Amino acid sequence: MAHAAAVAQQPRAGRRRTGTGAAPRRLPYLLIAPAGLLMLGFIAYPVLSVFYYSLRHYNVTKPWKNGYAGLENYTRAFTEDPLFWSTLAFSAKWVVVQVGLQLALGLVLALLVNQTFVGRAVARSLVFSPWAVSGVLTTTIWMLLYNPSTGMSRYLADVGIGTYGTSVLSDTGTVFWAAVVAELWRGVPFFAILILADLQSIPKDLYEAASVDGANRMRQFLHITLPHLKDAIILSTLLRAVWEFNNVDLLYTLTGGGPAGVTTTLPLMIANTGIEGHDFGYASALTTVAFVILLFCSILYLRLSKFGGDRS
Amino acid sequence: MTAALAEQGTPARVPAQDPPAPPATPRRRPRRERAFDDVPRWQIYLPLALYLLFTLVPFYWMLLFAVRPAGSTSLVPWPVTTAHFEKVWNERSFGIFFQNSMIVGVATLVATTTVALAGGYALARFDFRIKNAFMLALLCSQFIPGALMLVPLFEIFRNLQMINSLGSVVIAETVFQLPLSMILISGFIKNVPVSLEEAAWVDGCSRMRAFRAVVLPLLRPGLVAVGSFAFVHSWNHFLFALMFLSEQDKQTIPVGLNTLIGADSVDLGALAAGGVIAAVPVVIVFAFIQKWLITGFSAGAVKG
Repeated sequence: MAHAAAVAQQPRAGRRRTGTGAAPRRLPYLLIAPAGLLMLGFIAYPVLSVFYYSLRHYNVTKPWKNGYAGLENYTRAFTEDPLFWSTLAFSAKWVVVQVGLQLALGLVLALLVNQTFVGRAVARSLVFSPWAVSGVLTTTIWMLLYNPSTGMSRYLADVGIGTYGTSVLSDTGTVFWAAVVAELWRGVPFFAILILADLQSIPKDLYEAASVDGANRMRQFLHITLPHLKDAIILSTLLRAVWEFNNVDLLYTLTGGGPAGVTTTLPLMIANTGIEGHDFGYASALTTVAFVILLFCSILYLRLSKFGGDRS
Repeated sequence: MTAALAEQGTPARVPAQDPPAPPATPRRRPRRERAFDDVPRWQIYLPLALYLLFTLVPFYWMLLFAVRPAGSTSLVPWPVTTAHFEKVWNERSFGIFFQNSMIVGVATLVATTTVALAGGYALARFDFRIKNAFMLALLCSQFIPGALMLVPLFEIFRNLQMINSLGSVVIAETVFQLPLSMILISGFIKNVPVSLEEAAWVDGCSRMRAFRAVVLPLLRPGLVAVGSFAFVHSWNHFLFALMFLSEQDKQTIPVGLNTLIGADSVDLGALAAGGVIAAVPVVIVFAFIQKWLITGFSAGAVKG
């Protein structure tokens, strides 16, 4: 009986597979409709409205000034607002330092836990654990460590390193590195996971062949491992740079952009002007500038690394 | 679970379970392989130990402050007190925050996996006219940050009268989780051979039934991983909740933590206890998904 049913169904099954019937032609559109509509409504429309707002005066607390502004919001950013340029410089410094260190440390960490050694499984889950920790939880943990009266510095001072009562977060000279260390703590494991995933796809016999030919570990790393990791490194560096540029959780809660605005990134400035200052027009202009910078840097980076081009 | 993690990518000659003691002479590997696989042990253990110290001391510090009586400076948390937890849970309304975070996390998980499963299936199994444009839109949306969308999203939710409702946060979290989740899930579906589904159609199953009976069971690990990412991400995420929810009894745990951080006289015991409460669900989920983590990433995210 099952056989008879199978024979009866066969033409239908074949038609479905080739997608010439009426139902299958509509089906894929029905399936992507929920995702598509959500993204149209809550990503595409907001993006367009940011461009629109950026050309207007739009401040909830000063409704009498609202209206068409032309490029005034942009000229204000580029020529009048001193905070804008220092914020831009800090954003660049933050992304370059953060992503550079994460790539270097993440690569070393991934190579380490890719080795075979006793206790590897435990070591892997322990070194990757900060990956799951959020910006605010990271801040909580490092606040406790950086606390001037009961934090790490007190215990270090007891054994003769440093002085009592130093607060690394309120000193403009140390706050940058204090934030960098906290962000590295949770950022390096993520990078290491991405690189490790790719390391595991390298065929082992490549190394065997290389060692039979007498290549030492350094040459194997340079000629097998690195070329193989190239695409993964390019992609994860780009994703990470965008993420580090955009992410506000950690800096917002750890330093609040201070002291004296020295740790304000562009997205943090946008959140402050838009949501707290209610100046939606200016915040939208800043957002547009951030979009353009991201787009430009991404294209430049992919071009320079020849990613996606012909690699014959 | 940890044994499963060790298994991945490990050559067959290494046992899945780590032996309790370093191998003695009889277990020595053939000489030839040392050249590419055997680094001197100290070159692994020393840097790893240093990195572990950097990783674990902060966690220990939080636990220490959470269970140590106020005013104590001991580095060993003894006697243990639960006073900080009781205070944070009852007086600082972390009980309510926890409940709200759970609602947001579970709702985001359900919404993200369902919508991404439907879309992922379409991308993996059909060719249709706007497919390439849709894929491009998915990839591009990876570069559009949540923080920069705050202003327009705030406007949208104000017009929808959804400010101060958890629904606004669920929608925002879901939308920003969708692209990556969909790419991951379509990767997982592509790994299931089409012939399995076709065999079920031949046996008389409808497309829906064939999917439920044949594909879905094989997707379970992938769905668990994607769902867990969505849960952990929305549990941790701070900005949407901070901006869209202004009433205190609607707030989530990260916002609660931030108010503790910002308090004038910082109660470090309470802050640490709040941190531990925030970490517990994430630790449970993380322990649960570990073995799929690396394969999950290699299936979808890295290869794009």
